[in-house]
Amino acid sequence: MVGYGPAAHRLVEALRERDGAATGPHWKITVIGEETRPAYDRVALTTHLEGADLAYPSPGADVDVHCAERVVEIDRAAREAVTASGRRFGYDALVLATGSSPFVPPIEGKDLPGVFVYRTIDDLDAMRDYAADKASGAVIGGGLLGLEAARALQGLGLDSGVVEVAPWLMPRQLDEGGGAMLRRHIENLGMDVHAGTPITRLEAGPDGAVSKVVLQDGKEVPAELVVFSAGIRPRDELARSSGLTVGERGGITVDSACRTDDPAIYAIGECALIGGMVYGLVGPCFSMAEVVADRLVNPDSTAAFEGADLSTKLKLMGVDVASFGDPFADALGVTYTDPVAGVYKRLLVSDDAKTLLGGVLVGDAEAYSTLRAYVGASLPGEPEQMLFGGTEAAGGDLPEGTVICSCNNVTAGDIRCDIRDHELRDVAAVKSCTRAGTSCGSCVPLVKKLLDAELAAAGIEVSRALCEHFAYSRAELFDIIRVRQISTFSRLIAEHGTGRGCDICKPTVASILASLGNGHILDGEQAALQDTNDHFLANMQKNGTYSVVPRIPGGEITPDKLIVIGEVARDFGLYTKITGGQRIDLFGARVEQLPKIWKRLVDAGFESGHAYGKSLRTVKSCVGSTWCRYGVQDSVGMAIKLELRYRGLRAPHKLKSAVSGCARECAEAQSKDFGIIATEKGWNLYLSGNGGMRPRHADLFASDLTDEQLLTYIDRFLMFYIRTADRLQRTSVWMESLEGGLDYLREVIIDDRLGICAELDAAMARHVESYGDEWRETLEDPERMARFVSFVNAPETPDPSISFEVERDQIKPVLVAGPHLEVISQ
Amino acid sequence: MTATAVSTWIDVCSLDRITPERGVCALVGGVQVAIFRTFDGELYALSNHDPFSNAYVLSRGILGSRGGVPTVASPMYKQVFDLTTGRCLDDPDTSVPIFSIRLNGDRVEVMT
Ligand SMILES: Cc1cc2nc3c(=O)[nH]c(=O)nc-3n(C[C@H](O)[C@H](O)[C@H](O)COP(=O)(O)OP(=O)(O)OC[C@H]3O[C@@H](n4cnc5c(N)ncnc54)[C@H](O)[C@@H]3O)c2cc1C
Ligand code: SF4
Repeated sequence: MVGYGPAAHRLVEALRERDGAATGPHWKITVIGEETRPAYDRVALTTHLEGADLAYPSPGADVDVHCAERVVEIDRAAREAVTASGRRFGYDALVLATGSSPFVPPIEGKDLPGVFVYRTIDDLDAMRDYAADKASGAVIGGGLLGLEAARALQGLGLDSGVVEVAPWLMPRQLDEGGGAMLRRHIENLGMDVHAGTPITRLEAGPDGAVSKVVLQDGKEVPAELVVFSAGIRPRDELARSSGLTVGERGGITVDSACRTDDPAIYAIGECALIGGMVYGLVGPCFSMAEVVADRLVNPDSTAAFEGADLSTKLKLMGVDVASFGDPFADALGVTYTDPVAGVYKRLLVSDDAKTLLGGVLVGDAEAYSTLRAYVGASLPGEPEQMLFGGTEAAGGDLPEGTVICSCNNVTAGDIRCDIRDHELRDVAAVKSCTRAGTSCGSCVPLVKKLLDAELAAAGIEVSRALCEHFAYSRAELFDIIRVRQISTFSRLIAEHGTGRGCDICKPTVASILASLGNGHILDGEQAALQDTNDHFLANMQKNGTYSVVPRIPGGEITPDKLIVIGEVARDFGLYTKITGGQRIDLFGARVEQLPKIWKRLVDAGFESGHAYGKSLRTVKSCVGSTWCRYGVQDSVGMAIKLELRYRGLRAPHKLKSAVSGCARECAEAQSKDFGIIATEKGWNLYLSGNGGMRPRHADLFASDLTDEQLLTYIDRFLMFYIRTADRLQRTSVWMESLEGGLDYLREVIIDDRLGICAELDAAMARHVESYGDEWRETLEDPERMARFVSFVNAPETPDPSISFEVERDQIKPVLVAGPHLEVISQ
Repeated sequence: MTATAVSTWIDVCSLDRITPERGVCALVGGVQVAIFRTFDGELYALSNHDPFSNAYVLSRGILGSRGGVPTVASPMYKQVFDLTTGRCLDDPDTSVPIFSIRLNGDRVEVMT
């Protein structure tokens, strides 16, 4: 493969996926890419400036990847690709996936220092470095990418503006009315818009670098940094010099199987001219990759590229813009404008008003995913109705062939089929199985509707019931308990459940009661609800003994305290091990030893580490700016602050956190439920990461926060999660299943879209205020202490079934089988 | 010692030592007996030995009901046992021994 961008990456993945299934040839794959790094998610390029990690998963050791190598010649006779450094790679099949390059119009001053394009990570790094001491920037080109780039310049601290030659913004997607409405939104974000006037030149300042853009009407736009975003050109130079046919206006000519006029050479992605079109969206690029994968693996394949949906949605925080189908179709138009709210919507329908042809949404794009899916199909209602949110069409109505996810080319039929065949029951499962909704995510609401409709049709009641005793989900129970101020399990089950509960609902309710601040977890009726770990405030191990984990906030500990832990472990004969969360676990304690062990620990100033609870475990930290040469903030101090704030908070599942003192990320914060990475200006907050069985990179939620902002956002995140998550749902899975995802979460937490922030804040304030060390409080209370015996009728007798042997100088459990007793009846 | 041949009631503890809807373990003639008190005041006695993990832990499980039958869930791997018969409801081929139990005044007594 020549070129290693998203298209090549998808082809590698698709080939390896088919390897398992197909009987065809197993391809040895070599990828040669000119960029200095392997393929990454270019669609999300802008988030690189916020510190996001765009790398795709690495393709596996059997793919031979060469980065920073450019192919300069194809020796078609010898079937070899030749690189700039003179290396030759033989091929049976060659795939050109060279993408495109930004078009820079021949304007005077285009080569001045301070002029950039916006295409690669390297481009953005250079732009960011240059922007450091600049005050103003301008983007030439007011299309999708141009607006994204202009917003990014603003994010770098520049006054930013957009210069568009066409009379309105996004001229390729929007009609005039939509363009005018969009202009208002962009100006409201604080950006200048100059539309409808051609550019004369870029002018240099006294230092020789660019300083302004001069327009034909004489107007001057101050710009110490200029970004060209005036369209793209397919990179067909290699094909051209190799004698392959290219289009008149660029693009490598291929047939519907993506084959060039040399049958051994294919072209896919943005460099290909297919069906007379060059596509500039990632969805069609992926489709082409799939076609070629099919063809390569199966010689009889008839897979063909069948055109693609060009619907698009702008990725700008706070501006909803979308177009779908053909927004310029010469057809019946239905328009709705609300100048006050800044909303413009236009639908284009066939003459009989039955078939949707295309449309534009500005200011409110909620209906985008549904409307897009209906393009070319008959509308379920009147067009007017569809404009006024009447788009809640049941997913069941959509024709099988309707493309739901255009990024990954997944149809309604594909999704329905997978739901049935693989018995998928929730959105997260549908996403990972079908790939729908995994790129830009705009189709997720529709995927959900399809799933609901499919399950309803199959008569499968998507039971959200917790267990046989409650017909409610955990989140619903949480609200019932909160709103009705229920404080006991007995009352809850009498009024809202049946039977006497079980090992599923009892600990769940115990956790909810604890989250809502109902006193010590071992008091009154609550004691009977707790899982054995919570019941004995320790973690049960395989032989019925328990482990003890004192809290070591942030992983910082004095030598004296270390010695205490060592002495306790030695005196009670416990096995000791350092945990992954920077603390020390002591194993092998019998029930009746727990209070004695904890008495020693509490006297030495330790407190419960809550390793036994579904609650905050540790906030791991690196050594940070205090000691580390690279650190920019005190990560240990922040970790301790966070750990002390959230200790003891009961949640649907355990919570982990970490704080790194700089971008080197030694504390691995991006694999935590909430991770914090220090920046020069403050803290970046990452949410919903996970290690373990299903690793997930955390999402960057907000950047450069002050201490105070950081705490507020984490407070709300945790409380919102505690309120709405399912039982045993980690924040990573919760995030995946959250309709609207990260953006929605930002709206809830930052913009208070649900109007609940004050409540969340108050709930956390209550938690912080009412915190008490569970072990200290237990030691002080004879009633709570009474349970810590192995035998109720022989309190001093240790459990004789527990025994140990020695391995590597420490104890290890031996499991002895008990006496075999026959079952006797009463 | 193994189970005694002559069956006699053996005193274990007073009723208030057992939290409603929880269990305790008693050592009766060398046998570990898990004793449970359900919400309605009923008492049940099972072997404390969990056949799935081979650890002596059943007394520390969570009580509840399944389809009207009073149950305990093993705290180790969460299999559920019928308190009245000792049968495992998640694996009908497995069961644990049950013992006779009664309340004598405020004293709990079992027979092994
Ligand atoms: C800021 C930005 C935002 C975007 N947002 C969206 C969006 O929201 N939705 C959407 O659908 N699309 C979006 N796109 C477009 C999307 O990124 C492209 O469609 C996609 O990257 C095309 O993939 P490709 O693999 O065909 O080409 P490319 O990504 O261009 O990759 C081609 C690679 O080949 C290398 N190469 C070229 N010639 C050679 C050679 N001779 N030898 C070796 N290597 C070579 C290039 O250096 C490059 O790394 C966006 C693009 C940008 C820049
Ligand atoms: S993350 Fe940064 S500050 Fe922390 S140890 Fe690593 S290099 Fe040092």
